[in-house]
Amino acid sequence: MTAGRIRMGLLLGDLIGQALDGVGGKPVRLLIGLLGAAVGIGALVVTVGLGQTATGQLSSRFDSAAALHAEVAPTTASGSDGKERAQATLPVDSVSRVTSLAGVQAAALVTTLPDPAPSVRTADIHDPSQPPPASPPVMAADADLLGATGGVLGAGRFFDAGHEARHDRVAVLGAKAAAELGVGSLQSRPSVFIGDHAYTVIGILDSVTVQRPLLEAVIVPSTTARRDLGLRMPDTLVLQVAPGASAIVARQVPIALDSGDPGSFTVAAPPSGGLEGAVRHDLDLVFFAVALIILAAGALGVANVTMLSVTERRAEIGLRRALGTPRSLVAAQFVIESLIVGIIGGVIGAAAGVLVVVAVSSAQAWTPVLDVGVVVAAVGAGGVLGMLAGGFPALRAARVEPIEALRS
Amino acid sequence: MIELESVGRRFEGAGSVAALQGVDLVIRDGDYLAVTGPSGAGKSTMLNILGLLDRPSEGRYLFDGIDTDRLGERERTGLRGTAIGFVFQSFHLLAERTVLDNVLLAFLYGGLPRRERLDRAHDALARVGLSKRASFLPPTLSGGERQRVAIARAVGTAPRVLLADEPTGNLDEGNSRAVLDLFDEFNAAGQTIVTITHDPAVAARARRRVRVREGRLTVVADAQASKGLALHPGLPVIPAAPVVADEGTPA
Repeated sequence: MTAGRIRMGLLLGDLIGQALDGVGGKPVRLLIGLLGAAVGIGALVVTVGLGQTATGQLSSRFDSAAALHAEVAPTTASGSDGKERAQATLPVDSVSRVTSLAGVQAAALVTTLPDPAPSVRTADIHDPSQPPPASPPVMAADADLLGATGGVLGAGRFFDAGHEARHDRVAVLGAKAAAELGVGSLQSRPSVFIGDHAYTVIGILDSVTVQRPLLEAVIVPSTTARRDLGLRMPDTLVLQVAPGASAIVARQVPIALDSGDPGSFTVAAPPSGGLEGAVRHDLDLVFFAVALIILAAGALGVANVTMLSVTERRAEIGLRRALGTPRSLVAAQFVIESLIVGIIGGVIGAAAGVLVVVAVSSAQAWTPVLDVGVVVAAVGAGGVLGMLAGGFPALRAARVEPIEALRS
Repeated sequence: MIELESVGRRFEGAGSVAALQGVDLVIRDGDYLAVTGPSGAGKSTMLNILGLLDRPSEGRYLFDGIDTDRLGERERTGLRGTAIGFVFQSFHLLAERTVLDNVLLAFLYGGLPRRERLDRAHDALARVGLSKRASFLPPTLSGGERQRVAIARAVGTAPRVLLADEPTGNLDEGNSRAVLDLFDEFNAAGQTIVTITHDPAVAARARRRVRVREGRLTVVADAQASKGLALHPGLPVIPAAPVVADEGTPA
């Protein structure tokens, strides 16, 4: 057992030693092989890296380091009646608790007012002949909502801390809600009635990056909703996160909300925009296909160089066979030689690929995002590429007959 | 002991060519045999068969009583690595490796620890008088030195038989003599040697000679008679006791 292990160790050590000598024997050949592997692996890393960077830029996936928004909600669990119930409530002062965290750039609580939803009308008129029109949902939010959701106003302004402090009856309409309610312009200082109170419309929200339901809703300050509309528990805390900080934020926010039981809050990535994702995905596929083609070309390069090496070294192979090297070990030596070329080429290619990703990103003012795993995998892929590329030449080498090879 | 019994080798091509036929030969331990003959007579074919690089198409080749035809590729390779040493006309050294690495090549995959392999390789180089050249690259050596490196590689593993194919073919007279002196020295120490040559001067250094002509083996009578060694078990055998050489004794 032990002797066998020593024997295997010797064998492997000798094989690798011979392969290293073989690789180092012809520097020019080595260089060409390395170039093939490096270009192939580099192309792969650049493609994946730019793909990840661009994906991060389009702000969709929270698990990638580039997510720019996050949503925090109480963790839910199935109760005895089978319904999902929240295990905790977001504190009313959630916003002030998390805004001091590094990496949190903006935070706002968003709550959809629960059933029975208050009715929303533009005029306080009851027409008994008409069925009551469907009212848009009412959502309560904090003053920093625009920052937290990446929202853009189409007209007017958003409510501020002053409105909140005074419990003002003001409202911002989501673009769709405004269309539904027939509010086009703010010139006439329109009002909407929510329940029994008139709210002055001070702005129209055109778009948001996350929390799309806002566009269909009438948005009022949380403080006002608490007084007038019976708002109790906030639903969701929406965050805008500094590029690259999402992982830290995801760890720290639950602690800031409840240091005793951080597990009662879940930090999640908001759902990504559908169409963008699909386009992105197609682009990724195209780039990936191109990278695979370059990779295949690189593999062919390595195979070619190994083949050349086998042809050039027929006499050496014949000699080794004559001196008692079995066919299998001749083959193994060539596979290991091209494996070494593949791995070194992979390291060079991965490093160059990372540099390209960083350079392109900095030129575009993007945050470069590249999984460390990709770099490690790329080096591994280099090794696999080398081994595959070395396979056929190695078989050729194993078939060399010593007599023919030594006849010179 | 090596025995060839009615060994023949045919090459199939455009018509079948018999490179060897009906060869009977016994090589005892400690023997020093020269195989002579014009080029194309079948000398190399015989060496390839003796060196387990080729298989006979008929007859039997017994190596220490083992029928080599029954051995698989792997066993033949193993036997080649441990029991046979080769010396080639064109040296076949790896140009990019040091002299020491070239000698070490013979020990590869033999299962010896690295330390021991190094010791043996250094010993072998010492035996051919090239200890000081261990770290040189072959292209910086003279032809004679290169062949001595090849000899060190061949004898380093202490093979049962040393097979030399025109060992002095690429050497000048002085270097040839040095190589042949080495062979004498090794043979005197018990090394079995078979050398293939068309050069009568090289053949003359062997203890006995056989000639290959048109694929058939003929005995060179004087050697057989004077050294008293059997060519075939059927012939009367006189023990291969050390013989006072009447020619080619090292100076």
